[in-house]
Amino acid sequence: MTDLETFRAETRAWLEENCPPEVRGPLDNDEDRVWGGRNPTFKTPAHKLWMERMGARGWTAPEWPKEYGGGGLSREEAKVLGSELRRIGAQMALSSFGIWMLGPALLQFGTEEQKKRFLPEIVRGEIRWCQGYSEPGAGSDLANVQTKAEDKGDHWIVNGQKIWTSYADKADWIFCLVRTDPAAPKHLGISFVLFDMATPGVTTKPITLISGKSPFCETFFDDVRVEKENLVGTLNRGWDVAKALLAHERTMIGAIGEAGGGRPLGQVATDSIGSDDEGRLDDLMLRARVAELEIDAAAFRLAMERAGDQMKARQAHPAIASMLKYYGSELNKRRHELLMAAGGAEALEWEGERSRNGTAARDWLRTKANSIEGGTSEVQLNIIAKHLLQLPGA
Amino acid sequence: MPLILTEEQTMLKEAADGFLSENAPIAHLRKLRDSRDADGVSRDLWKAFGEMGFAGVIIPEEHGGSGLGAVEAGVVAEALGRTLTPSPFMGSGVLSAKVLTDGGSAEQQAAWLPRIAAGEAIVSLAVDEGAKHAPSRIATVAERAGNGFKLNGAKGFVLDGHVADALIVAALTETGLTLFLVDPKTQGVEIERTVMVDAHNAARVTLTDVEVDADAVIGSVDGGEDLLEGALNLGRACAAASLNGAGDQAFQVTLEYLRTRQQFGKLIGEFQALQHRAAHLYSEIEIARAATIGALQALDAGKPNAALAVSVAKAKAGRVAELAVQEAVQMHGGVGMTDEFDVGLFMKRVRVLNELLGDAGFHQERMAQSQGF
Repeated sequence: MTDLETFRAETRAWLEENCPPEVRGPLDNDEDRVWGGRNPTFKTPAHKLWMERMGARGWTAPEWPKEYGGGGLSREEAKVLGSELRRIGAQMALSSFGIWMLGPALLQFGTEEQKKRFLPEIVRGEIRWCQGYSEPGAGSDLANVQTKAEDKGDHWIVNGQKIWTSYADKADWIFCLVRTDPAAPKHLGISFVLFDMATPGVTTKPITLISGKSPFCETFFDDVRVEKENLVGTLNRGWDVAKALLAHERTMIGAIGEAGGGRPLGQVATDSIGSDDEGRLDDLMLRARVAELEIDAAAFRLAMERAGDQMKARQAHPAIASMLKYYGSELNKRRHELLMAAGGAEALEWEGERSRNGTAARDWLRTKANSIEGGTSEVQLNIIAKHLLQLPGA
Repeated sequence: MPLILTEEQTMLKEAADGFLSENAPIAHLRKLRDSRDADGVSRDLWKAFGEMGFAGVIIPEEHGGSGLGAVEAGVVAEALGRTLTPSPFMGSGVLSAKVLTDGGSAEQQAAWLPRIAAGEAIVSLAVDEGAKHAPSRIATVAERAGNGFKLNGAKGFVLDGHVADALIVAALTETGLTLFLVDPKTQGVEIERTVMVDAHNAARVTLTDVEVDADAVIGSVDGGEDLLEGALNLGRACAAASLNGAGDQAFQVTLEYLRTRQQFGKLIGEFQALQHRAAHLYSEIEIARAATIGALQALDAGKPNAALAVSVAKAKAGRVAELAVQEAVQMHGGVGMTDEFDVGLFMKRVRVLNELLGDAGFHQERMAQSQGF
């Protein structure tokens, strides 16, 4: 056996023993996700166990170095782990902005102390992070950050407001863009800092969306003390960190286009509408659209994998994340339009047990943010035109 | 396996791109077309393709080929898509070479594989019959006669059929499909060249009481379906690669135009309306490429889902290349409609490649069936 085959056999055996039956199969409600943190909630005790086991092994962040609690796997090993997890339909052990966004930025820009302090607890799901980027006046024009950090010697005093802060009301810590040099050009006076959401002066207010849910918050900072040791990267060069992190965020949002977790669309449609004598979905127009979407989705999964391979081989431009984000988010919107068409009148229910309180409709509405959050589709297209196509004046 | 080319594969790509841009750029296609060349394809170029090791890329080394895999065949096919070069590569070097390598008898292999690999022979696969690719609805019949078979039927879209040294014909036998190696000079074989929209080459082949010996059978009687499907899937994945080559080249030409053409006192590439369309197209092309290398690698690895991966690649690459050539003509404006500019040639080639071996709809249908809806 090759090393990789041995690794696959060992991984399969370990998962067989350690992945509880309760965490296998599609996640049928996004609210059942495991986010960890200081005050975690778990759908079942098995979900807690699953997070802890995977975290202890570093497999919640398989490719991070072992010295920071990660799995220390090679890219090929991580792919094997991924395929073995998919094979048994394992749910994600831990959903985490720490893993998807902050961690990669800390690995690139953080000090040794910061990495040792934050990364292991991110891997184990002991800390939940939120992202303080957007502001009321800094949406697509993200670098127009106005939240101020005033230098007080060994610390800063932060004042200002963030918006669209995902799960700010549930997060333990925030990674946040603040203006440390108001006189500098807008991209050059920003710093990237970390602080505890329990610090006096931090308040959050959930925003009710068209889905009726409140995954986003307004976040207010009123004389919040931030220690200088919690600056990531160079003072006033936070935009570099922000951009690197955005690339990870965009790849993460793009990944929703892979739709690994849910039931196959064709199956959902067949259960809802039925099949004809030849076993075809009994709505041939919808069937064609579903098949076309599944072609795109399968191709997109390979594009995600290939982008990872290119990054590993240092053949990728960082702006490739914008392409993945653009495509994956638009794909997910299309998928949910078709899920609604598949569900028909049944999918219109907003309340009640049968529809699990309108999960289909609420999820469909939630996806409309995919092409806005993390930079709109139009911003991604601008980035592609400028950095990947070198079009004039872009 | 990372979804990127290895160093050796990258070298092959550079060699194929270099060879074709030097020896068979688009001017080569134009010359064949405008001189109304009797063959529509250059035998000398095919020979040179053999000398470079491209013609026999998938043919085993013991038969004079390079003994490489689907990914390498796709690399050559993509290069051919870029330069729009008429070449027997798809018909002979991919489809027929695959049938003979997988199912040919020792005699059949010895007779044809070294000659294909050397670029000396053209062997055409005759599958399609109606307007659309439908290998499951083949009507050509082979009845037992004497110690052999008698073939009747009509084939179309037979790549390079008018210049073929041998034909591989798919026909119905008692309980299944059988592949026959047929000499085009056999009595009852009528071949008519079809001059196609893209100035590439195909033929209609009519078979009337064509008698062949039992040793004309490739593989087993009634057992040709898997053999054919294996070759078709390799061909489909290579067609996807050619579509990527043609689509991307049309896109590159268009990007250059956006960077240089001025209107309203500005470079037209400064207009956001065009930037966003170009950026969208770039994304689509990258995704089609990933699907294609994924399919080619799946074929090489013998993965159980390889056929589905091939359908994903062919459908996606087809739709994307179609978008690329439409945008190429539209963004060029009036000159895009002229014969003098190359973009129209890409549009024509992409239409043909889209129809070849199953269009996006054909492969979408396979996706639906494989997922059970």
